[in-house]
Amino acid sequence: MQTNLLSLIIFAPLAGALINWLIGRRVRNERFIGVVACASVGVSTIVALYLTLRSDGALRATQPVMDHLWTWVQVGAFRADFGLAMDRLSGIYALFVTFVGFLIHVFATGYMHGDRGYYRFFAYLNLFMFAMLTLVLADNLLLMFVGWEGVGLCSYLLIGFYLDKEEAAPAAKKAFIANRVGDWGFVLGILLLFWLTSHAGKPSISFFDKTGVTSALATVASLPMDGFTWHAIFAGGLTSVAILLFIGATGKSAQIPLFVWLPDAMAGPTPVSALIHAATMVTAGVYMVVRCSAIFTHAPFAMFIVAIIGAATALFAATIGLAQNDIKKVLAYSTISQLGYMFMACGVGAFVAAIFHVMMHAFFKAQLFLGSGSVIHGMHHEQDMRRMGGLRKYMPVTWLTMCAGWLAICGIPIWAGFFSKDEILWKTWSAGSPGIPPGLNKALWFIGAVTALLTAIYMTRLMVMTFWGGERFRAEHVEHVDEHDHGHLAHTPHESPLSMTIPLIVLALLSTVGGLVGVPYALSSLTGGHPENYFERTLQPVVSEVPGQSAGSGEATTLHWLSPPPQPVDGKPAVTVVKADHGETIPSAEEISQERIFTLISVLIALTGISIGWFMFKNQPLRRLPRLLENRYYVDEIYDATIIRPILVISREGLWKVFDIGVIDGLLHSLGRTVVNFGQTLRYMQIGFVRVYAAIILAGAIVIIGYFAYNGVHVLQFLTR
Amino acid sequence: MQSHLLTILILLPVIGAGTTVIYSLTPGARESHLRWIALAFTTLSFLVSLLLIQGAGGGLAAFRFAENYSWITAIGARYHLGVDGISLWLVLLTTLLMPIAILSSWTAIAQRQLTYFVLMLLLESAMIGVFVSLDLLLFYLFFEASLVPMFFLIGVWGGERRIYAAVKFFIYTAVGSLLMLVGIIALYFIHQTATGIGTFDYVVLTETLRTNVMAISPRAEFWLFLAFALAFCIKVPLWPLHTWLPDAHTEAPTAGSVILAGVLLKMGTYGLLRFNFGLFPNASRQFAPLMITLAVIGIIYGALVAMVQPDVKRLVAYSSVSHMGFVVLGLFSFTEQGMQGALYQMLSHGVSTGALFLFVGMIYERRHTRMISDFGGLARPMPWFSALFVIASLSSIGLPFLNGFVGEFLIMLGSWTSSAVQHAWIVTMLAGTGVIWAAVYMLWMLQRVVFGTKTSEANAKLSDLNLREFALVLPLMVLMLFMGVYPGPFLSRTRASIEATRRFLVNPRPAGAPDVAKGPRDNQSR
Repeated sequence: MQTNLLSLIIFAPLAGALINWLIGRRVRNERFIGVVACASVGVSTIVALYLTLRSDGALRATQPVMDHLWTWVQVGAFRADFGLAMDRLSGIYALFVTFVGFLIHVFATGYMHGDRGYYRFFAYLNLFMFAMLTLVLADNLLLMFVGWEGVGLCSYLLIGFYLDKEEAAPAAKKAFIANRVGDWGFVLGILLLFWLTSHAGKPSISFFDKTGVTSALATVASLPMDGFTWHAIFAGGLTSVAILLFIGATGKSAQIPLFVWLPDAMAGPTPVSALIHAATMVTAGVYMVVRCSAIFTHAPFAMFIVAIIGAATALFAATIGLAQNDIKKVLAYSTISQLGYMFMACGVGAFVAAIFHVMMHAFFKAQLFLGSGSVIHGMHHEQDMRRMGGLRKYMPVTWLTMCAGWLAICGIPIWAGFFSKDEILWKTWSAGSPGIPPGLNKALWFIGAVTALLTAIYMTRLMVMTFWGGERFRAEHVEHVDEHDHGHLAHTPHESPLSMTIPLIVLALLSTVGGLVGVPYALSSLTGGHPENYFERTLQPVVSEVPGQSAGSGEATTLHWLSPPPQPVDGKPAVTVVKADHGETIPSAEEISQERIFTLISVLIALTGISIGWFMFKNQPLRRLPRLLENRYYVDEIYDATIIRPILVISREGLWKVFDIGVIDGLLHSLGRTVVNFGQTLRYMQIGFVRVYAAIILAGAIVIIGYFAYNGVHVLQFLTR
Repeated sequence: MQSHLLTILILLPVIGAGTTVIYSLTPGARESHLRWIALAFTTLSFLVSLLLIQGAGGGLAAFRFAENYSWITAIGARYHLGVDGISLWLVLLTTLLMPIAILSSWTAIAQRQLTYFVLMLLLESAMIGVFVSLDLLLFYLFFEASLVPMFFLIGVWGGERRIYAAVKFFIYTAVGSLLMLVGIIALYFIHQTATGIGTFDYVVLTETLRTNVMAISPRAEFWLFLAFALAFCIKVPLWPLHTWLPDAHTEAPTAGSVILAGVLLKMGTYGLLRFNFGLFPNASRQFAPLMITLAVIGIIYGALVAMVQPDVKRLVAYSSVSHMGFVVLGLFSFTEQGMQGALYQMLSHGVSTGALFLFVGMIYERRHTRMISDFGGLARPMPWFSALFVIASLSSIGLPFLNGFVGEFLIMLGSWTSSAVQHAWIVTMLAGTGVIWAAVYMLWMLQRVVFGTKTSEANAKLSDLNLREFALVLPLMVLMLFMGVYPGPFLSRTRASIEATRRFLVNPRPAGAPDVAKGPRDNQSR
């Protein structure tokens, strides 16, 4: 299906950005700016809803909704279009990006009230929506990269938004550069993919079949799978592509080793942290991996790396999150950790579970960030949890809604995170793909479980330190009275205005019930009725399946890449109708019981974590935690000492001062002197051959230059006297 | 088609120079009017040059608007002009940057305005001449002629170390081009030996090469390639021949830097593409690994050294070394994408680096310093300046949808698929790091100049862009966006000429001749 409505989704926010940038700056009317910004995203949301959910919409159709705008770059066999496509994956993504984005825009109209750069903020925020939706809806890798860099740019601009904040500009730069390192991998991945598809006779970087272009992913799917060996990384095959693309993902999605930018990015306004650094942009890496799942499933070693990096990041960031005192920093590390989960899911081949968690995470993490924003707003820009406490009395709505987010991230049943996290853990445990050697899945599960425990602990700590306990802001505040012009009493925390609390409530509701779109069979069959995992059923056809993934069913798996057979998604098929040939299999009875046991274990872990957090921090909110954690394992310092400093010193002292000025220029200066002397001797040469006239001309010219070098100086000095 | 458009284009600035002189001799002439005359003539040149676009593209690789007259009959030198896909946009870049450069000197140049504007106009004429000459001697003449005005522009209106910079610039480039003259003369004699007629005509020379009437021995080709390449590589500048550039760029007045970076450097890469590839295809292939190695070193080296510069202008100057390294890499990849990308990168570098120098000039005019440490927090007092400066920087970094990305991406695509060197992917990976470094040095500079809180009293009071300054950068800004979003019109007009050059390069024998299998990969693009 071809429709120009699709481009409206991306261009509405762009128009909003332009209006705010050009007109908003003159009008300086917060209502005008806010309405323009929210309305433009609102348009996107409505169009996205329409295009995905209508009867032949993206979520039900088997063919993507396409919109070809123009051919962007075409040289030789290489072609990249400005073309959009909405299939089930990008449909779901566009849906929650626009919706959560809209809520955050509304929230920001209240949060940014009174800021000098109000228009600028919303212009950037709208621009971000444009870039993010371009990333999501792009029909080829290069256009996705445009969105990819575009969101990076907006992130850069928004992290550095507060011009008066000392740490903002360096943090912005750091974010951009860390992302750039990843982007290096992304670009090379595109190049290599193009090269491979060219060799297969169908040069393309497109995700879908279009007129004149074959889907690169389909081409990849027809190639043989790489072997499970580390040599494959450097072999220049699909594993190399996958690894290069994953390098891009580690930058954008803040994974080891490029995660360091995300905590610093908290210098930006809180709605930005919620929108960009929690709900949408940072999950772009996961989206890209899932979008390119055909490549990854053909590269088992890359899957292995993805799983390992994901699990390691999940655990690593969770431990750091335990010991942070800045409310936003805790959430930032929590985001990194949750992103690690998603990559772990990708690594074991549970792409749908990864996307499910992305979406649930968007709900509850946006909720938590906005909640923290509401707290910061109510506390007059205080972010240190050590100076909070007892806020539930002053900010009941914020408190209650944040409780929903808290339960969701901890994984308490029926809240959103429970279903998605549980699914990831279960899929990890039961993973049996070529990329996951036997035993590793258990180890990964264990790491995931420990992370879940830590998550529950640090989130409980955050809630306890903020909303329970003594009111530490009063005692602390006394010392600062003189610095601020508003007095002591004015500093009592207050609940936020409606524009902020309504998005909080909506997101809290989503965090509570959102998970019901993806209830796994093992649980839904408990209640009888309609035991179908809608989410999985919708998405499974558009992601690649890892060979041997559904080994439990015992039957040979049919690999189907991007061409699912039509299926009655909207009908209400009985359980038995669920066919194995489109990827969904009914798990066997022992699998179901095992999955239920693991669900129970997950719940127990969450409850344990919450209890530990509660009892450790309820009465001792200021309890000291290991210094190593508080200082984030000194990763920044290590990078600084081992990478940044040496490069700077070598460049400055070695390359510039010694080589450029010393060696090259020094050589030239001495050469210049000898040439002049040499010229004197050349005069005596008498040669009568035509052939060497050229040589004489050269020599003569050198003499002239030498002469000029001496006298030109005098001429210039004369002229400029 | 006999048209005198190119001659008109070359002469217009000269007439402008004449007019300026005559005007200054008339009684009651005011010095402040000179700049208007210069602006009028350069703008007129630009408008006239737009006529060149007509009829371009469409798979036509031939030279258009050709003019071919005997010039110095005794030695067979001809006045032969023409424009094809390779030179078309470079001419337009020149004519576009010229009025902008004049406008940027509006208040910056206070002394000796007459000489200044005359030199600028003569410079334009020489630069256009370089790009449209199809006679080697004529080309050489213009190539050298462009040197002299620039030498004086740097030496007279430059910064503190202007004399050192000017002399260094002159010697460096003159030495290179003299070797080229030797090569040109040798070529003349080679042609004479082969056909009995000596000629400097590029079209004739390539024709006799193509048809195998004239053959250059591998040994001669090797040396001739070197003679030409040295001249061009100094101009580019290719590492390690780059040390004239930071001094010249930094000391030159703003307009000089814009023209230097925008146009003069392109003469080098243009020369490589036109003459080295066109005349010495075998040697070009032979030298490709060396050139690519130097280009990649230049990309990384230029970026690293740019990163640690304390002077904004010097930083931008070193960034040119890095960006032009990409151009050379693309050219010597001998792939359609690489070479198209290289040509595109030439234009895009001219636009974005030109803009960057303008911005640096603006803050220099206000604060009379270029030291990064003297600035900070300009975003508050100068919001428009900051916004546009950031955009120009991002375009230089290669942000998609701005001009820099298209060229650099195509170059990397070309070099990845290139068979000019072994392990082309390693080369590409290394070159790709240049994009990371670009972000490092530009953003670090922006952080210290535009953002941040540290701002001295003097910075806090700076005025934002005035109307003239807007007018200066606006065309470039629009072009950045346009070239990034819709490169089609540019690429389609360069394609045929590039492909013709490339085909000859990878397979210099005429069609049907044996031994084509050895040519570097010709198969990937179709």
